Amino acid sequence: MLKVAGKIYRVVGPVVEVEEVSFLRMLDMVEVGEQHLVGEVVRLKETHAFVQVYEDTTSLKAGDFVYTQGYPLYVELGPGLLGNIYDGIQRPLEVIRDKEGYFINRGVHIAALDREKKWHFVPLKKEGDKINPGEAIGQVQESSLIRHKILMPSSWGGKLKWVAAEGDYSLDQRIALLENGQQDREVFMYQRWPVRKVRPYKERLSIIEPLITGQRVIDTLFPVGKGGCVAVPGGFGTGKTVIQHQLAKWSDAEVVIFVGCGERGNEMTDVLLNFPKIIDPRTQRPLTERTIFIANTSNMPVAAREASIYTGITMAEYYRDMGYNVALMADSTSRWAEALRELSGRLEEMPLEEGFPAYLPSRLAEFYERAGRVKTFNAENGSITIIASISPPGGDFSEPVTAHTKRFIRCFWALDRDLANARHYPSISWIDSYSEYIDDIKEWWHKNIDAEWLSLRYTIMELLQKEQRLLQVVKLVGADVLPQTQRLVLEVCQVFKNTFLQQVAFDKIDTYSSARKQFLMLKAIICFYHKSEELVKKGINAAELKEIPIYQEIMRMKLTYSENDLDKLAKLPRKISEALEELDF
Amino acid sequence: MRDYSLREYLGMDEVVGPIFFIRNIHNVGYNELVEIVDEEGKARMGITLEVGKGFAVVQVLGGTSGISLKNCKVRFREEPLMIGACEEVLGRVFDGLGNPLDGMPKPVYEELIDVNGMAINPTSRDYPKNIIETGLSAIDVMNTLVRGQKLPIFSGSGLPHDLIATQICRQARVKNESFCVIFAAMGVKYDTARFFIKSFEESGVLERVAIFLSLADSPSIERLQTPRLALACAEFLAFKKNMHVLVIMTDMSNYCEALRELSTVRGEIPARKGYPGYLYSDLASLYERAGMIKGINGSITQLPILTMPNDDITHPIPDLTGYITEGQIVLEREMYARGIYPPIAGLPSLSRLMKDNIGEGLTRSDHPALASQLFACYAHVKDIRALASIIGEEELTPLDHLYLKFGDEFEKKFLSQGYHERRTLEEGLDLGWEIISLLPESELVRIKDQELKKYYKKRNESKPGRD
Repeated sequence: MLKVAGKIYRVVGPVVEVEEVSFLRMLDMVEVGEQHLVGEVVRLKETHAFVQVYEDTTSLKAGDFVYTQGYPLYVELGPGLLGNIYDGIQRPLEVIRDKEGYFINRGVHIAALDREKKWHFVPLKKEGDKINPGEAIGQVQESSLIRHKILMPSSWGGKLKWVAAEGDYSLDQRIALLENGQQDREVFMYQRWPVRKVRPYKERLSIIEPLITGQRVIDTLFPVGKGGCVAVPGGFGTGKTVIQHQLAKWSDAEVVIFVGCGERGNEMTDVLLNFPKIIDPRTQRPLTERTIFIANTSNMPVAAREASIYTGITMAEYYRDMGYNVALMADSTSRWAEALRELSGRLEEMPLEEGFPAYLPSRLAEFYERAGRVKTFNAENGSITIIASISPPGGDFSEPVTAHTKRFIRCFWALDRDLANARHYPSISWIDSYSEYIDDIKEWWHKNIDAEWLSLRYTIMELLQKEQRLLQVVKLVGADVLPQTQRLVLEVCQVFKNTFLQQVAFDKIDTYSSARKQFLMLKAIICFYHKSEELVKKGINAAELKEIPIYQEIMRMKLTYSENDLDKLAKLPRKISEALEELDF
Repeated sequence: MRDYSLREYLGMDEVVGPIFFIRNIHNVGYNELVEIVDEEGKARMGITLEVGKGFAVVQVLGGTSGISLKNCKVRFREEPLMIGACEEVLGRVFDGLGNPLDGMPKPVYEELIDVNGMAINPTSRDYPKNIIETGLSAIDVMNTLVRGQKLPIFSGSGLPHDLIATQICRQARVKNESFCVIFAAMGVKYDTARFFIKSFEESGVLERVAIFLSLADSPSIERLQTPRLALACAEFLAFKKNMHVLVIMTDMSNYCEALRELSTVRGEIPARKGYPGYLYSDLASLYERAGMIKGINGSITQLPILTMPNDDITHPIPDLTGYITEGQIVLEREMYARGIYPPIAGLPSLSRLMKDNIGEGLTRSDHPALASQLFACYAHVKDIRALASIIGEEELTPLDHLYLKFGDEFEKKFLSQGYHERRTLEEGLDLGWEIISLLPESELVRIKDQELKKYYKKRNESKPGRD
């Protein structure tokens, strides 16, 4: 029921002050003016309310009416989310395009989920069963990959009076009746959930499994656990977006939610055009069957940008509650923070560093805490992993958004300008990045891949640190003065950087490396190091190693051995030993 | 004549710099057009920045000089700033608000469009494709420009960004289709504008160019509308008339400064260096108007030019621009001083759309690997030069010397070319191979074997020993 809630008193960009307000509550959703632009109440003061409007406010006038339904800003959760593309407040962009043309008009009100489409509902409960809040009442095959559980709204529980039989239903048809005093409650296949409210779960679990991304520098050096949080800061041109795309394509999460928050329109187009063509290597199905897109590009209204992050994480929680591992890519959280800053400025709040509002850290904390691995009300395990890119102004990591984010995440992939300039991609710095998940997930590697994993990882990390120090010396005096053992360290690190760390996203073979391939490559390089170290100690020149044919083979191993040739790759360390032993004199 | 609402108010309450406050008004919309007539009968335009119950804040585009509080007439037009778009804008010169400067009458418009435009639905965008051959190898081979892309030139005062922009205008071809050009000058000197017009004339493209001039002596606030007018025209030509439009906007730094000026007068909370917190969103509302739409043949390619204050790439203007645009062409003072034209810096320049538009079937199969290898080797050259400046060139290894030689040839033969020299992509790639072949094959790890075999030019000289 739409009611008049007040009249416009003042319009300042995306913020509208409303007067003669009596019953509006904080965070209620409102419709502003004759075009019914969507907005949200962000401050109340006596009879005035401040509303941030999610659409362009051009032509709004003082005296125009403001309406409300009396709900907070919500998203619709139900079958039909996957493969869809929404704007920041969950309006389906494809439907808007078909109805309104190439540009996004204002005041469009279209239901987020298709009401016509029929879904094949299979009940899991029957008449007379008791059902708890958040428990599954039935399921729907949403895509060939995802079995969508129809969950009870989290405040509803009790005895089921009636449950629909298996069959095809649209979202508007009720599928169950729940006893509730005098008037029974109707249960549908979709529910509404306020975006700013955390969805409940049974209990929080610890992280035990890595999110395998197929990117070597990530999985081997700086892994993230399923249920963890990563920040990816980098100046422009350092490859944040390509990393986000790669992870959305290859990570082994079951559901991926991709939030394009205040970024380029063409990047979103790239994703939208490419993802349907890419076949998931594990399931052999198009990637769109497991992905939801939220696109709020930089030229779309700024308040909706602020909301888009919450829209995304609420959808992620919904799929987590069905027992899935969900990955949420947010590109970029700086734009979201800037939207906060802009709205805060318009509300004339007291600014802190760089104009950001004082509540920036608490908003960041709230957001990152919504990640995690949990036990759901259906006694299944689900997780949300957040991979958030940050665009620090001037590439300076000490700015407020990066600095505060670091407090709430446990894994940090710092993108390095110099690496990007040399076209070393992914340009994740091995010096500034870190991961606190290694201890949580090492068991997984040892059980599933090889018990040597952790020690090999430490060996190479140590070499890289050593190289860093040696390079300082080389910069001052040249490489000639170094003893041969130290020059070997430089050579091996060079090999490691070129073959292992560099990974071409656009190459068919190189774009994805399985955990096993990563381990085998690492092992080959470490083997090369140990064997050549022996030789160098015996007096061979480190630079001469480059002339051996096996050196070229190592340099090109990432391209020559595809995922089908891993057994051959496993024999490479042995080949290296033999080749180097032949040199022995 | 359109039926404007002719409610007229007499007088206003406060004038501060380019904005004024007016009370006791009603029914005024946000971001709408205002007409102000001063005592002498001179009319100027304004736009509402803030509206409230019985008051409004208006920015005056024509400057506030001569406005008095008592005897000014203020008319609210109840519509946003519009421009009459038509194909006849090509070949004409306008001021920053769309009034003709060339002595001819206003063209008869086909359609009145809101200069602010609307956001393109990401699902109706088409991904930019078809590379634009600019005839400059530094761009074509290393930072390929693509139709529908927005690729700014990051320059500094005294660097030849204007020359490069005109050279691109003159030489740019996509599969032998040419462009029409929309040129928006914001706060540049008359000489600069004159230079552009002259070079358009000389190359005989003037009748395909629409020029919007808001020169350094026009009120700064006018500059905020100039690029919007230009882009509204570009959108009309591209998406209604199926033309390929190249939009050149110079100088974006002046635009941002005008925005800062307005923001300061309004007493807004500044973010970095006094620029308003919404600078990113505001710039995005311009840059994001480049692109292509599915099912429409036309396209908008943007080539904004900005001078980095103090050559500082981390300054908010280049920084935020770089976050929105699809790469950047960075000019380097040190190279220009050494006589290299175009002084396009090898490493910080980047084209993000290059990867999907080059290679097998698009340009040439060896293009991606060659470009990547050139970048990597040139990056290494920079390291060696830094080292050589400390320990002296004599101390370098023979391989390092080869790299230095490669670096010199790369800059002098490959990056350098004449203002009137048009080098095709094919020629550029071949030249790239010739130069990279100075290095031994084993250094070229980013290139696949079969391409090395095909293109690597073996030198007769014996292979240099290492160390």
